[in-house]
Amino acid sequence: MAKFGRKGKGGMPAISTASLPDIVFMLLFFFMVTTVMRTADLKVQNRVPKATELKKLEKKSLVSYIYVGKPKGKFTKIMGTEPRIQLNDSFSKVEDISQFITSEREEREENEVPFMTTSLKVDVDVKMGIVTEIKQALREANALKINYSAKQKVE
Amino acid sequence: MARREVPEVSAGSMADIAFMLLIFFLVATTMDVDSGLARMLPPKLDEIDPDTPPIKERDVLIVQINSMNNIAIEGEPADISQLKEKAKEFIANAEKRDDLPQWEAKPIVVKDKNGKVLVDLGMMEVRKGVISLQNDNGTSYETYIAVQNELVRAYNELRDDMAKRKFHKPYDDLDKDQQKAIRKIIPQKISEAEPRNIGK
Repeated sequence: MAKFGRKGKGGMPAISTASLPDIVFMLLFFFMVTTVMRTADLKVQNRVPKATELKKLEKKSLVSYIYVGKPKGKFTKIMGTEPRIQLNDSFSKVEDISQFITSEREEREENEVPFMTTSLKVDVDVKMGIVTEIKQALREANALKINYSAKQKVE
Repeated sequence: MARREVPEVSAGSMADIAFMLLIFFLVATTMDVDSGLARMLPPKLDEIDPDTPPIKERDVLIVQINSMNNIAIEGEPADISQLKEKAKEFIANAEKRDDLPQWEAKPIVVKDKNGKVLVDLGMMEVRKGVISLQNDNGTSYETYIAVQNELVRAYNELRDDMAKRKFHKPYDDLDKDQQKAIRKIIPQKISEAEPRNIGK
């Protein structure tokens, strides 16, 4: 007993926190690598449809997003419940798309412009009418590469 | 009695700094991977060469979706589960039927920038079929994507078969040039028609 008693006198040694920064840094790098910067605050409902034959979007920096869906809860008072288009952070009309595409192009290098893709993030409840209008506007703006955003279907 | 350790450089605040950075990245980023069905839109109408010969009727498979989300293939009502098989039959035209697309013998060669031949499959019969997808303004987007997905699946399965026959490997395992050769044999031609109202 005496042997143990003597040892206990020193008190509990503090747990070393020296490796804590390493652990946190590891987490940090994990998140930096696996995530992308949030681009826009969604103002419309957006539940994309499910599909099986998906292709991943490469080069995120060359993708511009068009969101379509019913306005979310607090915006229904102003915008109604009909599906709306959201470009960047604001509700827009079909006529604004060509200007949006032009400004997106100006932000990129000239040699990258042919590889730019427009991702259509359309809610499942939307009717094709508005989507067709967007497609026509994109054709008019000569942004022909598009991607119908969808989620992987689990079978 | 207590043995003194050599005092370390305090790294206590390092954790705080790293935590702050971590939380910033947690808040400012999203994790979802973006994926979807890739498509090319046709160019503007006035840019299409007026001399392009008209497409023969046997070369076109018309798929229509009306505002009630019902599907019709060549005017016949159909279910979405039949769509893939019908599309495959049309694209492949394996029996060379007269009412299905024509074919044309084309050399399938993939070259690099310097003209060096990377893949050479010799003469292959390339089908000329085009799938024309027509929808109504009232069609729901969900159905539209489901139909698009079935059509892409038909193409992907045929390409997979072709890849297995030519390279004895599934399409996804081929290298880029081999995939390009397969894509030349079975080009994906889905035309999204001008908007029109098909009616009920």
